[in-house]
Amino acid sequence: MTRDIALGQFIPGKGIIHRMDARVKILLLITYIVLIFCAFNFVSLGIVTASVIAIILISDIPVKMYLKSLKVIIVIILITSILNIFYGSGDPLVQFGIFKITLEGIYRAIFVTVRIICLIFISSCLTFTTSPTDLTDAIERLMKPLKIFHIKVHEIAMMMTIALRFVPTLLEETDKIMSAQKARGADMESGGMIKKIKAMTPVLIPLFVSAFRRAYELAVAMECRCYQGGDGRTRMKVLKINKLDVACILVTVLFLVGVILCNIFFAAKI
Amino acid sequence: MSIIEVKDLSFTYGINTPFEKKAVDDVNVCFNEGEVIGLIGHTGSGKSTFVQMLNGLIKPTSGQVLLEGKDIWEKPKEIRKIRFKVGMVFQYPEYQLFDETVYKDISFGPRNKGLNENEIDLTVRKAAKFVGLSDKLLNKSPFDLSGGEKRRAAIAGVIAMDPDVLVLDEPTAGLDPKGREVLLAQIMGYHKERKNTIFFVSHSMEDISRIADRVMVMNKGRLEMFDTPKNIFAQVEKIESMGLRVPQITKIITMLRERGYDLTDGVLTVEQAFSEVVNLLKREGVI
Ligand SMILES: Nc1ncnc2c1ncn2[C@@H]1O[C@H](COP(=O)(O)OP(=O)(O)OP(=O)(O)O)[C@@H](O)[C@H]1O
Ligand SMILES: [Mg+2]
Repeated sequence: MTRDIALGQFIPGKGIIHRMDARVKILLLITYIVLIFCAFNFVSLGIVTASVIAIILISDIPVKMYLKSLKVIIVIILITSILNIFYGSGDPLVQFGIFKITLEGIYRAIFVTVRIICLIFISSCLTFTTSPTDLTDAIERLMKPLKIFHIKVHEIAMMMTIALRFVPTLLEETDKIMSAQKARGADMESGGMIKKIKAMTPVLIPLFVSAFRRAYELAVAMECRCYQGGDGRTRMKVLKINKLDVACILVTVLFLVGVILCNIFFAAKI
Repeated sequence: MSIIEVKDLSFTYGINTPFEKKAVDDVNVCFNEGEVIGLIGHTGSGKSTFVQMLNGLIKPTSGQVLLEGKDIWEKPKEIRKIRFKVGMVFQYPEYQLFDETVYKDISFGPRNKGLNENEIDLTVRKAAKFVGLSDKLLNKSPFDLSGGEKRRAAIAGVIAMDPDVLVLDEPTAGLDPKGREVLLAQIMGYHKERKNTIFFVSHSMEDISRIADRVMVMNKGRLEMFDTPKNIFAQVEKIESMGLRVPQITKIITMLRERGYDLTDGVLTVEQAFSEVVNLLKREGVI
């Protein structure tokens, strides 16, 4: 049941995007997020959407997985787009009482929906194609300059790695404990909100106990291997930027320029 | 009469994802009331998945589980009732303990079943006695018990529901030799008194050959063999080809037989082997 959540799950593969450097991927993701919000008219939004679709197709991840990642936030998308329909100013196309639908509202709703979907797809692409360890490694490297401000970059990255590493483990554990309590006749499906929350105690307590036990064991194991923080530590996998990364950066920059030009030369819709 | 009948049962994990995995593949089998069934198979052969379908914790991808002739998924809303009839002790059940005291934890199942306080008290104490938990331990926090005691408390929690079929998934894994011995004896004691059907998953061929009336052998999700321990462990080659082994004592006797000693086939326990060898020595006039 908990396994159905597709948001942020690494899927091993050998596609172009899998082979890219994780640092480059993060930076390009940020560029894309900027791009998505920079697209002010239909032409530039079209370009961005097309490129996102292209990325999805070359990512060597089944399209189904992307659609699954939408499932979690479909409600949010619906609510924001419906709100936006009623929000526009200008001449109303249809009017019921204080609610009116305008052309601008409809445009807004389309923009918001397409933007959110693009955002989800492009960030899912990063988490689908990058293993959690590579991801935190890259974040650590990208945040290195912050060391000047005495921010403990390595420790933060290590905590993130560990947290990410244990998400699937804890999900699995939750599943197992839930099954065990269901086997003892626990009723977790029926009843109102309060009854359901109460019914979770037999799951949450063992879960916390085991999370603390795991944390303790992990700390001991790390100490046994003489872990002492980031100073003087070398890496097994050194991140390297290669031709592929350079090519991808160039393509993205091209898109950025394209979108900016579109914004200038075509009239802004919103 | 067969208490559980399994028809064309299959289960696939992660359908429609890249992680799709067929864990149970077209299993057909029947169990009689009051039998002790052993289930063996290599790691990942689908044992745990199979037993979880027996009490409806997992819904089969296809096929049916009939309990006393009725499909357990006939009324999905009433699947909880099945769970009181088919009790299930998970692998490493000690991680499911949660209540303040061992007593309260054991009473979780009976309380869910809807018994009144008197009945609950009775069944909890009875279950605790079966697994040898003293009254003093019952008032302790489950988190203050030793590993073996936790295991027994968790098993008592399921026995307390008084199920007609008791499924135990590797109940002795990770216990010391003495602890295993004692737990096994307690489970058999419980079976003798309650006379219910027991389903026992284990990696220990010795345990299986000692207690099981019939043994299921699973391999890669399929049911490969289903027979008495004697017939199963007579097929040494087949068993070993599935990454399993026969009890050591059976192997020793088989090897002795191959060298021409006149011993009976199908010896499963050390006690049996001992009397066999003593008889042989007597016959030959050595003692
Ligand atoms: N929750 C799950 N999600 C996906 N795959 C699973 C899940 N649980 C088990 N599997 C897979 O299904 C197969 C059968 O697993 P199962 O737990 O039934 O094996 P088992 O015979 O009980 O093994 P063991 O002796 O190690 O307990 C394995 O290949 C396993 O990887
Ligand atoms: Mg198992």
